[in-house]
Amino acid sequence: MHIVVCVKQVPDTKIIKINPKTNTLDRRSAPAILNPYDAHAVQEAVRIKNLTGGTVSVLSMGPPQAVAVIKKSIEIGADRGFLISDRAFAGADTLATSYALSKALEKISMDLEVDMVICGKHAIDGDTGQVGPGIARRLDIPPITNVIEVTRINLPEGNLIVKRKQISGYELIQSELPCLLTVEKDINDIEYAPMPNMIKAARYEPVVWSVSDLGEVDRKQLGLKGSPTIVGKMFTPPKLEGGKMIEGALEEQLNELMDILMERKDLFSFNNSK
Amino acid sequence: MEENRGVWVFIEVNEGKIEDVSLELLGAGRKLADKLNVPLSGILLGYGVKDLACQVIYSGADAVYVIDQPILKHYRTEAFMKAVIQLAEKYRPEIFLYGATPNGKDLASAVATDLSTGLTADTTMLDVDVDKRLLEASRPAFGGNIMATILCKKHRPQMATVRPKVMKALEPDISRKGSIIEEDLNLKEEDMRTKVLEIVKNVTKKTNLAEAHVIVAGGKGLGDLQGFQLIHELADTIGASVGASRDVVEAGWLPHEYQVGQTGETVTPKVYFAIGISGAIQHVVGMKNSELIIAINKDPKAPIFDVATYGIVGDAHEIIPKLIQQFKEIGREKGGEINYA
Ligand SMILES: Cc1cc2nc3c(=O)[nH]c(=O)nc-3n(C[C@H](O)[C@H](O)[C@H](O)COP(=O)(O)OP(=O)(O)OC[C@H]3O[C@@H](n4cnc5c(N)ncnc54)[C@H](O)[C@@H]3O)c2cc1C
Ligand SMILES: Nc1ncnc2c1ncn2[C@@H]1O[C@H](COP(=O)(O)O)[C@@H](O)[C@H]1O
Repeated sequence: MHIVVCVKQVPDTKIIKINPKTNTLDRRSAPAILNPYDAHAVQEAVRIKNLTGGTVSVLSMGPPQAVAVIKKSIEIGADRGFLISDRAFAGADTLATSYALSKALEKISMDLEVDMVICGKHAIDGDTGQVGPGIARRLDIPPITNVIEVTRINLPEGNLIVKRKQISGYELIQSELPCLLTVEKDINDIEYAPMPNMIKAARYEPVVWSVSDLGEVDRKQLGLKGSPTIVGKMFTPPKLEGGKMIEGALEEQLNELMDILMERKDLFSFNNSK
Repeated sequence: MEENRGVWVFIEVNEGKIEDVSLELLGAGRKLADKLNVPLSGILLGYGVKDLACQVIYSGADAVYVIDQPILKHYRTEAFMKAVIQLAEKYRPEIFLYGATPNGKDLASAVATDLSTGLTADTTMLDVDVDKRLLEASRPAFGGNIMATILCKKHRPQMATVRPKVMKALEPDISRKGSIIEEDLNLKEEDMRTKVLEIVKNVTKKTNLAEAHVIVAGGKGLGDLQGFQLIHELADTIGASVGASRDVVEAGWLPHEYQVGQTGETVTPKVYFAIGISGAIQHVVGMKNSELIIAINKDPKAPIFDVATYGIVGDAHEIIPKLIQQFKEIGREKGGEINYA
């Protein structure tokens, strides 16, 4: 079983600071991390490998410093990593990103055939969730998005069964291998990295490819040039009216608030049992 | 080259019922189509769904393209994608909208790849530049209280997934007329690589934030897990559901299904309490259509006050216990457990 996990380096939006003057992101304040969903994707690949045997590779597209997320993936238990890094990839939207990653996947697969690709549900910087299904189309393998459990892998029959989260509940899906999964956080808990992995990660040097290493690539489909979408304009959302401030001492504020709420008392069920 | 014309909406059907978001998109799509002076069409796929076509027309469409076949009984990317692409290549729409649901996002991503066109995710505002015939799909930009308008200038159709509950559906008008166009799809079950084995609905009463009438939502301002208990207590006292900001979820005080906002639920309750929530755009897009919004925050400049119907500057730790106490007193006056709901 050869599983490739696509991992992206993203700014940590949890501790990101917003510049109150310009209302934009202060990038220097944001440490770069492995996209949290992708960490779960790597963990799941490692879990599957422990059941079936095989190899877990990770693949990332990004600037040279994205090596950090590959090392992080090695800590979680990936066996090897590939970084595609080139000016030509810069400014890619989801269509161009999935093209570049699928080209790298084809190259990886020439050396060791790929049985499964796993992506995160989405990257927390853009939140699109479009890259995974895009890769699947380009490789012409079935995509299964929003996976919350890999229930069974039947290697002899070459298929697997997963649970896919739905608006309400989930569905049980069977798919032939190879296929592509995008995973939710609920799929697993990230385990503590064992010491040998940490040591391996610290020393690990991933394979780095530029565009020319990828073989036959249509450069028009890469980066900014290959991206049909552009940001037209940025604007602060129309200032909403805002309502009334309830002023005064705490008691007065409370009384006024209770008056307002009591007008909608039909909506409340007063529970004073406790 | 023949030009693409018309606005399309993917009609998502689950258990024989059209998803609300599809009806909302018909409402939004109607406006775009009128501005561009082109027809609005619904794309209805499934098995035994034909009868729903009228409803699509009542909700604003001029035409419905239907493919009704056993192979489309359950949503599967590979089958639905083929159906949509076949229709899109034949009739060439210029704008194509999908609900930002698991299926809508999955389908749109696959279709965009095959049609080599642009797709904007999780849109919360839609407009169109009539002269340039450009869809203006806006969404909260990464970080900051700022929106970005995404354009797709050279490729057609221009596609977007749109958040549920941010657009308004039209009142169904049963006198509306439209055309229903049935199409065939040449796909064999043997060629399918995926199978839906089972569909399991959520039977346990879970958060169901989307349907709640009253939501008490808390943010990072509650301080810690202990402080957040006040939110649960208030919600409990008035029979409300609990909601949270993303930072609360990230801190692990609540699981993700309680998150309100861009990457959580969009909610439209009758009363929404936002307590200790700063009001970042990503949160606000998920709750601003609530009927009555009560904000409590100790920072008078917090942006949440711009969306609140009523705002109180103050300390949640002081105010909530008093509020709980008042509600409990009212409950007692009313003679115990009286349920007004
Ligand atoms: C791509 C992306 C997607 C996102 N999606 C979402 C989403 O879906 N939902 C979401 O909510 N966020 C989302 N966010 C995060 C969002 O930008 C904010 O960071 C988040 O909403 C802030 O949460 P908060 O208001 O609880 O915390 P903070 O911003 O830390 O605000 C805490 C507030 O509490 C107030 N406060 C402090 N102490 C008290 C007290 N004792 N009494 C009363 N008030 C007090 C403070 O004045 C402050 O206003 C997203 C961000 C990104 C980048
Ligand atoms: N630059 C990238 N390098 C590697 N994987 C990526 C990259 N961008 C996106 N992905 C993968 O695609 C998933 C969805 O990303 P997105 O569509 O940007 O939300 C991520 O969780 C990753 O698994």
